[in-house]
Amino acid sequence: MRIHQKTSYDDDINLFEDRRQAFWYALLVAFAVALPFLISEYHLGEFINLLIWALAGMGLMVLAGHTGQASLGHAAFLACGAYMEAWLNGKGVPFLISLPLAGLFAGIVGAVIAIPALRMSGIYLAIATLAMGIVAEDVIVLLEPVTGGISGTYVGSINLFGLEIDRYANPTNFYWLCLAVVIIVTFGYANLLRSSTGRSLVAIRDSEVSARAMGINVERTKTLAFFLSCLVTGLAGGLMAHYIVSFNYEAFVITVSIQMLLMIVVGGMGSIHGAFFGAAVVAFLPQIITAIRQQITYTAVAGLDTGIFAALLVAIIIVEPMGVYGRWLKMKAWVQLFPLARRDMFRRQKSYLKTERMR
Amino acid sequence: MEFAQLVLGGVAGGCIYGLVALGFVLIYKATESVNFAQGDLMMLGAFVTFQFVNVSQWGMPFWVGVPLAVVVMAVVGYLMEALIIRRLFGQPQFAVVILTIAIGFVLRFIAGLIWGHEPLNLETPFAGKNLNFLGLAIGVDEVFVIGVTLVLTVALYIFFARTKLGMAMQASSQNQLAAYYMGVPVKRVHGLVWALSGGIATVAGVLFAARGSIDPNLGLLGIKAFAAAVIGGFGSLPGALAGGLIVGLAEPFAGRYLPAGYSQIAPYAIMLVVLVARPNGLFAQIQSKKV
Repeated sequence: MRIHQKTSYDDDINLFEDRRQAFWYALLVAFAVALPFLISEYHLGEFINLLIWALAGMGLMVLAGHTGQASLGHAAFLACGAYMEAWLNGKGVPFLISLPLAGLFAGIVGAVIAIPALRMSGIYLAIATLAMGIVAEDVIVLLEPVTGGISGTYVGSINLFGLEIDRYANPTNFYWLCLAVVIIVTFGYANLLRSSTGRSLVAIRDSEVSARAMGINVERTKTLAFFLSCLVTGLAGGLMAHYIVSFNYEAFVITVSIQMLLMIVVGGMGSIHGAFFGAAVVAFLPQIITAIRQQITYTAVAGLDTGIFAALLVAIIIVEPMGVYGRWLKMKAWVQLFPLARRDMFRRQKSYLKTERMR
Repeated sequence: MEFAQLVLGGVAGGCIYGLVALGFVLIYKATESVNFAQGDLMMLGAFVTFQFVNVSQWGMPFWVGVPLAVVVMAVVGYLMEALIIRRLFGQPQFAVVILTIAIGFVLRFIAGLIWGHEPLNLETPFAGKNLNFLGLAIGVDEVFVIGVTLVLTVALYIFFARTKLGMAMQASSQNQLAAYYMGVPVKRVHGLVWALSGGIATVAGVLFAARGSIDPNLGLLGIKAFAAAVIGGFGSLPGALAGGLIVGLAEPFAGRYLPAGYSQIAPYAIMLVVLVARPNGLFAQIQSKKV
């Protein structure tokens, strides 16, 4: 058990609680950087996958986890980023310009979509974004000159200051590139949450009325949340384009959007950690399932991964609504307080539902 | 003539969307949560009927197999609520959304395991039969679909407006705590609503199967039914049906008169327009609280 004596207001919003926490995160980053020397190239590919999903998850987390605006159509912004990156890459735009542009494009699309979305809330927003995600699939096919229609498009390798980065030729470089993007975004995200903007996002999530009463411009803040969320998701899309190299609309179908949302719920809503935990589940669960299945039978079972993932999700929502990260926090508290932890410490207050039809 | 034919096909298709949308609206009206697995319940209902009725399976007579399937699916709906959804009682709406999405995936997986992923055909007594009416070739299946939908809607409307249980469902929707104080067994009412909704989903599934083949991904049709429910306004039974008809009519006409590639967007485009113009649907029930 550690006791923090706070001597200044900064202590509440510092990036790290104390030196010890900073040390552990530094160790984690060092481990992540050294990872290519520790594991094979095949497994490295899985970790690249994890990083990209974590990035996409962080994008959705800003919106769903911290602003409380559930989006069921986020694969559309993944597609925005991916196709923009592929198109710019094809035009010979250097990566350091094309990736931010791809993110920016997705962000602007998101901000434009936020304008009608501002009028909706709750279930209506979820369904509207769901419909938007479905329409996006068809739009991708229709925009054939840019997207290649049904047959899809292809993205070349990255040239960074003469350094060739390609997913197949040198996955290690690509891993470090993804890691760098993820670290920058995570740092930015953590800082956003410390700022007044971040606090106003959370205020809107917890109660729109009180946020407005506190003087927060709800419309502008929500639009900003959409912009930031889609920007980060667009960046993830750009990296994903380089990861899957050749892709068509099928990479961004509606089930991908839904899976993104399920992912951050599994990881833990409302925390940056949740995006990473969720991404780890999404990236590694299929491998684990395949490994277990091969012990039993060699015939592939269609839809096994999604089925088990969904069943796991049902269990998690019932047992641990705050996801993997919530469970982690509880276990940590239990160990730190040992033997003083009480069972009702994390008990949630029961609330009774009132209709949303009367507002 | 072609126009009338398109209208007829659209209305019949729209009735099915309307019925699935009715399932959403029922649950939303009574429990204030949205069941994203409604389309998958419909799929499961169609498969259960297939299992009961088809000669290659258990070969029951159609008019015995269908009511039996409705009962079975009502039990499935009740159990889903009693065993899973009820644990989230009093938690944010969003949690239930995620939960039902996940349940939908699980149902799809289970159906795939049992019945495979190949499209299957349900044997109905009216497959391929046509009536000639003023030179129109009217499929018996279309008449059946429209008739059943009408009967079901009227019955449900009376149920909600006149019966004690229907009133209890409405009351528990508007304020759980107040309804509980008034002696409404809120939890049991919720279970019954889910049972009802499971039964209606089965009817929708049978009607759908009467006009086409079924496979585990049928549940995705639920998304179009969402569009229908939103257009009509969540929480309004006639609205759900009207929304279903709008979506159902939009589809064949868009397919006929719009260039390929644009037609499948039509239902969603209508829905997005409705959401932007009238965010609470055409038959809105939302009222602003006066402070």
